[in-house]
Amino acid sequence: MTEIVSGRIPRHGRRIIGIWLVLTAVAVPLIVLVLGPHLPPGRMTAEAASQRDANVLMTALLVPIALLVVVCFVYSFAVFRQRGEVILDGPPLKGHAGAQLFWIVLTSLIVLALAVWGSYTLIAGSHGAGGGQGPDPVAKPNGYQHALPVQVIGQQWEWTFRYPTYGGLETRDLAIPNHVLVAFHVTSIDVTHSFWAYELGVKADAVPGVDNVAYVHAHKTGFFQIRCAELCGLWHGHMAKKGRVLSSSAFQAWIAAAKTKNAAVMAYLPKYNRVYFPAPLRRAG
Amino acid sequence: MSATAIAVRPPVWRRVIGFNMLTGLALGISGWFLGGWIGGQMAVGHDYLLGTDQNDVGIFMGYLFAIIGWLVGLGFANYPIGRLLGRSPTLREHETAGWTRYFKMCTDHKVVGIQYLFGVGIFFFIGGLNAMLMRTELLRPVERPWPAGQYLTLVSLHGTMMIMMTSAFILGPFGNYFVPLMIGARRMAFPRIEALTFWLVPAAGLILMSAIAFGGIATGWTGYSPLADEGRAGMDAYVTAFILIAISLTLVGLNLLVTILTMRAPGLTWTRLPIFVWGVLATSVLMVLAAPVLVATMTMVLMDRAANTSFFLASAGGSQYLYQNLFWFFGHPEVYILALPGFGIVLEILPVFARKPLWGYRLAVAGMLGVTLLSFMVWQHHLFVSGMNAGLRPFYMLTTELISIPTGFIFLNAIGTLWRARIRFTVPMLFALAFFFNFLIGGLSGVFLSDVPSDVTTHGSYFVMAHFHYTIMGGLVFAFFGAVYYWLPKMLGVTLNETLAKIHFWMMFVFFNLTFFPLFAAGFLDMPRRVSTYAPHLQVLNDFVSASAFMLGFSMLIFIANLVWSLVFARVPALANPWASRGLEWQLPTPVPTENFERIPVITSGPYEYGVAGAPPVADFTPAALPAAGS
Repeated sequence: MTEIVSGRIPRHGRRIIGIWLVLTAVAVPLIVLVLGPHLPPGRMTAEAASQRDANVLMTALLVPIALLVVVCFVYSFAVFRQRGEVILDGPPLKGHAGAQLFWIVLTSLIVLALAVWGSYTLIAGSHGAGGGQGPDPVAKPNGYQHALPVQVIGQQWEWTFRYPTYGGLETRDLAIPNHVLVAFHVTSIDVTHSFWAYELGVKADAVPGVDNVAYVHAHKTGFFQIRCAELCGLWHGHMAKKGRVLSSSAFQAWIAAAKTKNAAVMAYLPKYNRVYFPAPLRRAG
Repeated sequence: MSATAIAVRPPVWRRVIGFNMLTGLALGISGWFLGGWIGGQMAVGHDYLLGTDQNDVGIFMGYLFAIIGWLVGLGFANYPIGRLLGRSPTLREHETAGWTRYFKMCTDHKVVGIQYLFGVGIFFFIGGLNAMLMRTELLRPVERPWPAGQYLTLVSLHGTMMIMMTSAFILGPFGNYFVPLMIGARRMAFPRIEALTFWLVPAAGLILMSAIAFGGIATGWTGYSPLADEGRAGMDAYVTAFILIAISLTLVGLNLLVTILTMRAPGLTWTRLPIFVWGVLATSVLMVLAAPVLVATMTMVLMDRAANTSFFLASAGGSQYLYQNLFWFFGHPEVYILALPGFGIVLEILPVFARKPLWGYRLAVAGMLGVTLLSFMVWQHHLFVSGMNAGLRPFYMLTTELISIPTGFIFLNAIGTLWRARIRFTVPMLFALAFFFNFLIGGLSGVFLSDVPSDVTTHGSYFVMAHFHYTIMGGLVFAFFGAVYYWLPKMLGVTLNETLAKIHFWMMFVFFNLTFFPLFAAGFLDMPRRVSTYAPHLQVLNDFVSASAFMLGFSMLIFIANLVWSLVFARVPALANPWASRGLEWQLPTPVPTENFERIPVITSGPYEYGVAGAPPVADFTPAALPAAGS
């Protein structure tokens, strides 16, 4: 305020830009190098990696925007503050066409760039990014015709899995082979669930009467967490289990073991189908 | 006036008997039993009802007759019946002085505003208590102390009640009270409809809470079918309450829309309209267009449950995508019904305490109208992983991200208004500024959700939950408290204690952020929403959030203590214009006379001409005394 009294108008704009540049120069490398590797959902699959890249890029883009707004506000609080009881009016500035135009153009460019980049990574870059694409996927990865189909059936309150390539084998735990394109066919036999395989970067609603396809291509073997991401009733929080990405040979061994284990059950299972319609539910189940 | 009122005041029993809330409750309860009996008779011989252990027809008929009884008891039938019997039309009812008018159908917009303030405030408090109970459950990763079913009912009641009540959080109290005062009108366009919109709210709230007695609600506030179809009788309460609220919202919007379009005082051009009124106007458009869709949706759920239709049941040829589309076609404009009044309030408060004109007034209006338009084109971003119409996802990604452009206008308005201003940090100003901080985080986290690859991770997780609490609680509720501290001196005629108010603000701001910011991390660490059990390694995070949430809840008690202290004990009378505001509503005496304006004023200037040399006063209150042109 002293500068105003002395008659010299301080260059508020330059100071704000300066503070913002310093903060951004500190924040962005921290985000990319320190926070970035910890952002979800990791790099277990190509789809998960695309989501992680999206999360890192957006954090690195949005934090500077937030910093700019916060710096403008906090600078104003500190410099343009009026203390004491006396009420004085400020300068009657009603707007500035250039500043408004600049802001509109800048935000529009950022938004359009985000939308174009998001659409590109979704369709071409990551083939649906692990999200459920419905019965008729738009973004198909190369060689999708030869993808290993794995059916995921949601019901209250359990996930079951069927492998049509292995005679419609049904299991209660999920394993997929490494370095093989997998097509999850997610469906439900009662209410809406959502199949969420966290480390795989897969999320697809399990909808009764719908075959919801999501592609995933695993790079690493290991465990991944399965959860339900759509409220499905009383034990929604308990629809969690661990799935596994296995090497090809281990996967074949696992299939063989599962076939033996479930042989007695297979006789009673309905034929493999894309969707199932059991008898309508009774109320208060 | 008061002397004659005391002289003819009838005895207490005479004031209790008559058309008021007590009679409404009595007739409502009687209606419940009558309707239940009629519904029981209707259900005889219908196998699909006998196949379940509850008769939904009876429950819906009970609610229907209870609502009719409630409204008749409040006196809403008197006027139409009187007109049928040939009585002459009247405009005003129960505009007498005294506290009993707050418990009756009253057509004075100022009484309705205060009814809304306390009515919605009580439901906000109950919804907040639900949140405290939820955070108690989440102290441990197992189902203690509430079993899973009770926890889900708490989640659903919290969500439903907050969405239903906060939809009218600003338009109800402040829209009804201040829009006529700000546009120079003596009343709202449809005063009887205005009274109806309020009295539907307690009915909806009581019916919603009756779900506790009928097996609870297991669906969350979104009520997705077919889970809703399988739910117990508590779902009937959810459906009925939502229908009532949607009718109320439609009528609120219609009433405010017509009032603003037709009843502005002479000289109040569109560029002189207070920005809060613009916010109300934009919200009203959303309400009129979106809320009827909810009535239709909920009626379809009602039919599925009670009349054996199958709109949403895949096994009988329906589709739950239909429900999700209809629900979010209402539901996404709904979130802007929650955001736009907040924009209006903070932009109304900023110029008063920055002592500068609102910077970029037209840009602010364009921003609000842009949000209104775009809000109808984004709803499928709630369905990015649902498997529906994957080809349309880039379109909805684009429209969702486009909304951040008009929203950004509001931030530029704020930055411009604070630029070289003379900022005074009064309590309303603190809340308005906190709005911008919270909404900034809420809005930018929304960009993650709008991007499909990122949304695949965050959809249905606590990240979403943190995001919309930043926009609704951090945005709307902070704007609401800004409005409370700004306008309550005019509404209730008392000054609130400033020290307690500042403690309230700082506690609420700090603990709000400590509660909800860690929940972004919980979402990133794969914690789904609406679970009563979670991964054990997230317990430290959840305990921290719960502790912060309890302190956040405690800050609300400070506000209530302040309100009770200032209103009942201290009673420091408020000045007519304590903030030295140029707003038309502040030029009126406190308390505001029943007729508002002795003569309809002529607006001579905009409301934000702070520091403008030679700006005329905002209005001429004795227009007959205007000098002749040219003199």
